[in-house]
Amino acid sequence: MGAFTIAAIAQSLLSTVADVLPIAVILLVFQLAVLRRPIPRLRQVLVGLVYVVLGLALFLVGLEQALFPLGKVMARQLTDPGFIAAGPGAAIGWTDYGWVYAFAFAIGFSTTIAEPALIAVALKAREVSGGAVNAWGLRIAVALGVAIAIAVGAFRIVTGTPLHLYMIGGYLIVIAQTWLAPRDIIPLAYDSGGVTTSTVTVPLVAALGLGLASTVPGRSALLDGFGLIALASLFPMITVMGYAQIGAARARRRARRSDDRQSAHRLGAPSDPPEEKTS
Amino acid sequence: MTSAGIGEFCYEATRRHLLPRRDGPMLDTRTAGADETERTGANAPHRKSALAILVWRIWAVARLLLGTARDLLPIVLVVAFFQIVVLQRPFPNLEMIVVGLLMVTVGLALFLRGLEMALFPIGETMAEAFARKGSIFWLLLFAFALGFGTTVAEPALIAVAGEAAKAMAEAGIVDQAPSALAGYATGLRLTVAAAVGIALVIGVLRILKGWPIHWVIVGGYVIVVGLTALAPREIVGIAYDSGGVTTSTVTVPLVAALGVGLATVIKGRNPLVDGFGLVALASLTPMIFVLIYGMVV
Repeated sequence: MGAFTIAAIAQSLLSTVADVLPIAVILLVFQLAVLRRPIPRLRQVLVGLVYVVLGLALFLVGLEQALFPLGKVMARQLTDPGFIAAGPGAAIGWTDYGWVYAFAFAIGFSTTIAEPALIAVALKAREVSGGAVNAWGLRIAVALGVAIAIAVGAFRIVTGTPLHLYMIGGYLIVIAQTWLAPRDIIPLAYDSGGVTTSTVTVPLVAALGLGLASTVPGRSALLDGFGLIALASLFPMITVMGYAQIGAARARRRARRSDDRQSAHRLGAPSDPPEEKTS
Repeated sequence: MTSAGIGEFCYEATRRHLLPRRDGPMLDTRTAGADETERTGANAPHRKSALAILVWRIWAVARLLLGTARDLLPIVLVVAFFQIVVLQRPFPNLEMIVVGLLMVTVGLALFLRGLEMALFPIGETMAEAFARKGSIFWLLLFAFALGFGTTVAEPALIAVAGEAAKAMAEAGIVDQAPSALAGYATGLRLTVAAAVGIALVIGVLRILKGWPIHWVIVGGYVIVVGLTALAPREIVGIAYDSGGVTTSTVTVPLVAALGVGLATVIKGRNPLVDGFGLVALASLTPMIFVLIYGMVV
């Protein structure tokens, strides 16, 4: 376990402190100079901040020492022409990258489920909606969006189609859904685009993109390696609004069915109440 | 906001402050261990024996760790499946991986506790405090400082800015000299940080005024699409990615709590409809600003 040295942990701690420090300074300046009131439950907040710094540092050291190297090696091996080619000298077409797309999908989904920022927003959304937004449902919808995005992004790098076509196509779908989806979910859906890609997803996805762009003939790592993150911020909006639309459609159908039942038996059995909100 | 609006804003904030909150995780906790309830939904035994409290605390910690282990299980399954079934290779230094996973699990659990104890309450308290103060200028300045300050030192952004400078040099748009590269990268970083600061200012104004988020976001997209056609091709991928890297794990919960807190204290705003959307704006404006930066510099 040579890599889990005190130095590695200390370095991770330092970088997390550097992440939290500007926030702490800004909060302190405004609290002391502008608001001029004591911070309520100061001790608890300070302990909580220590937990945040310590937790993130451990989280990152663990990922960097154990999971990222393995994931990066896997991305390189899966995109290696020797692994992909059916036989020596055989031409490689976009259909030969089946495992790459599968890996892209799976790694996009699983890293998003573990993304701390997304857990935070899902908890907040559940609290604010009084439970109407299901935290797990939201996280799975976002993770599916990222999974599809990374798989599509891998396909894009393999085929060399321009990124902006996918982005603009995605935006058009988002705009159309904005008009159709339940109004409550729209801000949350937009936010889920931004929260998906932080500590866990970006390093693995970037490794996959660079691996693909540097092994697929005719691609430039600098021009084509970028763009996976962008797609991963776009597609979750589509899946989260889609998730809410499915929920709303099911609630409508249930409401209609109970209406039918009510009109069939005027004095009949009590029917299910229609769902109030999508969950 | 009209002066009547500010009055309501302050009145609501004061009223809310005096009333106990329905399901706030922080305000109704009496024992130190009781905050573990947010993830587990369990209730702390009040005035029970010390042993019962100890057992309950251990149970709460175990539940928290199990919860984070469940969050991490998909990654473990995916990596194991591809390594064993698809690539058919043995795991290099398995014990390293196990220790690493344990650290990740404990780290995530600690982070989530800290989230409930510090980041969420800070965001909400600041929203309430600014509402009581009633000064829009200071609130907007705070929003800008928060966005700019948290982004300018973001490691992911520093990395992307460096890569972007290299890409632009390779394309012959920027001089190859190291000083020119560093200057370009720093300019890009400041541009993105200013973009996030302005995003939070627009987002807070939107919550105060009650503008519908989709007009702001869709309008932003239209600008992005228009600028994509005009900007040099090399900057487009970088610009799109810069939107994704700006919002860090510490900033997102804080900003979400701030937005929801503001939407809760202002009369006539719905926390779900008006409180979210700050993160989305913070991912959108960097794209616009970086595209413009690519055209101007």
